[in-house]
Amino acid sequence: MSESSEAKLDRSSRAATRRAAEAVVGRLISLSGWSAIAVLTAIAVFLASNAWKALSDPQVGLIRMLTGTSWYPTSTPPLYGFIQYIIASLRVTGVALAIAVPIGIAAAIYISEFAPARLKGIAKSVIEFMAAVPSVVYGLMGVYVLGPALKDLFGMQSALTALSAGVVLAFMALPTIISISEDAMHSVPSELRQGSLALGNTHWQTTRKVIVPAASSGIFASVMLGLGRAIGETMVVLMVAGNSMELTWSLTTSARPLTAVIAGEMGEVVQGGLHYSALFVVGLTLFVVTFLVNLAADLVLERQRARWRR
Amino acid sequence: MVSTAETLARPKCGAFDLTDVSVAYGDEVALSGVDLRIEPASVTALIGPSGCGKSTLLRCLNRMNDELGNVTVSGKIQLDGDDIYARDVDPVELRMRVGQVFQKPNPFPMSIYDNVAYGPRTHGVPKSEMDLLVEDSLRRAALWDEVRGHLKKHAFELSGGQQQRLCIARALATRPEVMLMDEPASALDPISTQQIEDTIAELKSDVTIVIVTHNMQQAARISDRTAFMLRESMERPAFLVEVGDTRTIFTNPSDKRTEAYITGRFG
Repeated sequence: MSESSEAKLDRSSRAATRRAAEAVVGRLISLSGWSAIAVLTAIAVFLASNAWKALSDPQVGLIRMLTGTSWYPTSTPPLYGFIQYIIASLRVTGVALAIAVPIGIAAAIYISEFAPARLKGIAKSVIEFMAAVPSVVYGLMGVYVLGPALKDLFGMQSALTALSAGVVLAFMALPTIISISEDAMHSVPSELRQGSLALGNTHWQTTRKVIVPAASSGIFASVMLGLGRAIGETMVVLMVAGNSMELTWSLTTSARPLTAVIAGEMGEVVQGGLHYSALFVVGLTLFVVTFLVNLAADLVLERQRARWRR
Repeated sequence: MVSTAETLARPKCGAFDLTDVSVAYGDEVALSGVDLRIEPASVTALIGPSGCGKSTLLRCLNRMNDELGNVTVSGKIQLDGDDIYARDVDPVELRMRVGQVFQKPNPFPMSIYDNVAYGPRTHGVPKSEMDLLVEDSLRRAALWDEVRGHLKKHAFELSGGQQQRLCIARALATRPEVMLMDEPASALDPISTQQIEDTIAELKSDVTIVIVTHNMQQAARISDRTAFMLRESMERPAFLVEVGDTRTIFTNPSDKRTEAYITGRFG
């Protein structure tokens, strides 16, 4: 093969440029990966340092905060017990998941495996739209429509209760659960579907015995993300949960979840004060809980993957 | 539900009679006017260039075309005298009698045992008979000696050829009369291909086998009868050129197009 030395040179310089570009892109990508970790660490450090004042105060401290049941920042001495708020978060989130998980997974199964193509397209865009509605709009619906309806239905004292907030949060967690579960089921190779049908299984048997198990890690991830959405949602619980400080497991009474505490009081605290610091302890608690939920989810997913996707 | 012992004693059957069969995808007729008899307990090879409707015809036989949606099958297809497209025929029941092995090995993501037991479990075979049925199916698919003692192992740990034989065992476990194979060895190496072909030779004594293949030598080696299909242009549907004893088709075909294809002049 004859080639002029000029062309050869041109080609080798192009290769060098390409190598350099690849190195730069590689660095940028690893930098953005590390920056995510750096940001997460910075948030944890920021939360902890601001929470330190309350945590180290002899009158307050972590143990008293986590076991105390009264939150009276203006009494003397001030009381910062917030176990009732943790329980409130559990009540509201529990209701939301109890509704959103079965409905969400069932809807995902229908859309992925049974719905005719046209309906599938419509359903998917409606669900995406549901995710885009601002939470304050969901809150309004909760206050004026869902809350009063639930009050009549269950004979509750108030329309603004843990149940009402949980139902509204369920609507907000649904799009996450449906779309991620649907993606997971849709991406199960169609050869498996065909294989099961060809063995004389019905669509439903195929779905139950092959599709859902093969997609289980994705379905689980969708539930965890839905849970994250429900725990962290603030505007809806502030508007709909009723803001009661009472320590109770009842679903038909008002509640004040952790997020509502921070959002409701952060405007009235002195920056750097004890109350300010106590709110950061609440924030830190939320951070740790969501971190643990995500970690647990990751571990389960890893095990699932090892089982199903060698 | 019939018990395993009863199905084992099933007399030789699994003959297909196709009369004027046409298949349309939407408005487009892909295949038309196929008249074909598939003899029981023998191997029938469907050959022809890509896009000639071999797989389409194969999927008619266990009504897997139904699953694609928008597919119309007309004409008459009888399995041992019964019209399989009759109103009262449940395609799910039919697929127990007519098994299928796909081009790419598609074991389910579960253990070897569970893969083989998958079909029978659906159809209510009791636990007490399952071990025997699994062993028997794996033996018939010539995989038993390689996996005995490892039945709890995940199916994905097997090699490609072993996975394909597992898929054959899985299809055999529902005791089908007919086994459809859509290029079952095209994704496999020569040794695995040889093993699949040996398995087919063993099986044909009690199962009717219909195999689609692109490999002419394979068709010549393993089949008793060969059907040659062709689609001459996109404007006209594919059709069956001729069918006959494999030896005759390969040595003395009656149609010039068959001769041109098997001697490698096109396709």
